[in-house]
Amino acid sequence: MNPEQILFFLFGAVSLVGAIAVISFRHPIYSALSLIVTFFAQAGLFILLGAHFVAAVQVIVYAGAIMVLFLFVIMLLNLGTLSAKGAISGKLKGFAVILGLLLAIEGVYIAVNAINTPEVASAETAATESVNTTTYNIGELLFSKYLLPFEVTSLILLAALIGVIVLVKRESQEENEIQ
Amino acid sequence: MENMPLLVLIISAIVKIVIIVHLLLIGVMIMIWAERRVSGWMQDRLGPNRVGPQGLLQPIADGLKFMFKEDIIPDHVDKPLYVLAPAMLLVPALVIVAVVPFGSSITLFGYEILLQIADINIGILYILAITSLGVYGVVLGAWASNNKYSLLGGLRSSAQMISYELTLGLGIIGILMLTGNTLSLRTIAIEQGAYPWHWNFLIHFPAFLAFTTAMFAETNRLPFDLAEAEQELVAGYHTEYSSMKFAMFFMAEYMNMIVGSAVVVTLFLGGWHFFGLENVGGPVWSGLISFGIFFVKTAIFLFVFIWVRWTLPRFRYDQLMNFGWKFLLPVALTSIVVTGTLWIMTGSGSRLVVGIGNVVAAFIVVSIVAGLLVMNKTPEPAMQNDDPQITPSALDAIE
Repeated sequence: MNPEQILFFLFGAVSLVGAIAVISFRHPIYSALSLIVTFFAQAGLFILLGAHFVAAVQVIVYAGAIMVLFLFVIMLLNLGTLSAKGAISGKLKGFAVILGLLLAIEGVYIAVNAINTPEVASAETAATESVNTTTYNIGELLFSKYLLPFEVTSLILLAALIGVIVLVKRESQEENEIQ
Repeated sequence: MENMPLLVLIISAIVKIVIIVHLLLIGVMIMIWAERRVSGWMQDRLGPNRVGPQGLLQPIADGLKFMFKEDIIPDHVDKPLYVLAPAMLLVPALVIVAVVPFGSSITLFGYEILLQIADINIGILYILAITSLGVYGVVLGAWASNNKYSLLGGLRSSAQMISYELTLGLGIIGILMLTGNTLSLRTIAIEQGAYPWHWNFLIHFPAFLAFTTAMFAETNRLPFDLAEAEQELVAGYHTEYSSMKFAMFFMAEYMNMIVGSAVVVTLFLGGWHFFGLENVGGPVWSGLISFGIFFVKTAIFLFVFIWVRWTLPRFRYDQLMNFGWKFLLPVALTSIVVTGTLWIMTGSGSRLVVGIGNVVAAFIVVSIVAGLLVMNKTPEPAMQNDDPQITPSALDAIE
């Protein structure tokens, strides 16, 4: 095994353990922390693929911003630990079983496909070639080939931002009127 | 560098890591001493001057005391997180330094060794990613303490860090636009050159101020130390901590200051360059001199940190949020637009025009915002109304 493979299995294992921990901890704060661990392991996997930019963004956006908000909300609402029973009702249980089965079938399908298709030899060389230029390439593609999707995405985000501010503003005005 | 055998690479990396980590720890000790002495000087008193010459060994005495203090873990805390939190604050502060270039290079035994632990091509993103993790130590420590004062401190700190991180990120973009095709800190430092009028802080002056202010906020230092406001929250997020766990929080704060100063020096103040000293000495000495220049610049900036702490009073929470969202963020945003526009309009040439344009634009933006705030000012102070209004919108802006 070369060092990269060792790292791959390490990050993969950490990511799996973190993911399992997210759903097995009874306390939401511990679950959130496990999710951060998973995000980190995935950032490591991205780096192994040569996608440095994606790895950094993964940590900045998910581990650094979104998960802080999760923790913030959990702490503000002061959610207690989930009790063993009664957390999932009967109806939801059936739904969960169906979704879980679908996911399992998908996983098996992907695994079988991956074993059957021959290894892509060019992928590795392409990854090593682009290591030094990934960020540059992403920037160039975003502002040339994918300009329209990029701008549309930013507009959608802006609309969401304004929408949230409007919603919050209206609520606080109503509160004032009640008072 | 390319032809360097793996063994040399690994050994040089380990040596560099050992040296830099020790320099950081010694730097923390010196900073604690300097903070007390400088504050004493500013307040016309002496400060610690008994242990060692000029009191220089005082931090060692303090450290020993911390180690021998009883390490109390209160009964009501969430134990795993309570123990983990100081480390989660200290580790990001330590690993950030990996990408900071602290000198040019030294040629030893025929190998050119860069004075930097890792020159990675996403250097700036790495710094932003790791700084954004610093908040976990504070928040988890606060929550795990199971104490309302701690929790208040942690919530304040998380809102503050999220708000000011944006300015931190946006303040850099102007520099990135004018610096090659890379996010590597080494390239940014090299492209600034040796002369102060070529350094980024003049070209991007408003962004420099915004970035520095946000950096102060990220380190939880005095104008922004609402997380541990002594008069209101006992000691904020580390109220329940004692012995070395408290010391780790303390060290992390000073380490963040040192690393923050080093980053500002690299990005805005020319890194290890200074005119007249670029080509002095041989292959070894020129590297050491460049490290010396970097050290002096960082030390000067650290003095500014102390200076500000003992000069400015603390922000009120609503003032903090207003300042971050209504002044710093618009200034940083404008600087991006103005830098890009002027750079293209002048045919990628005139740094002078960009520099002046940036200052003028920032001035205009600040006046507009200030004008709007004065016009919309309600007669009541409305302190309680500000929190629910600002926090949710602040949070959503991240996504």
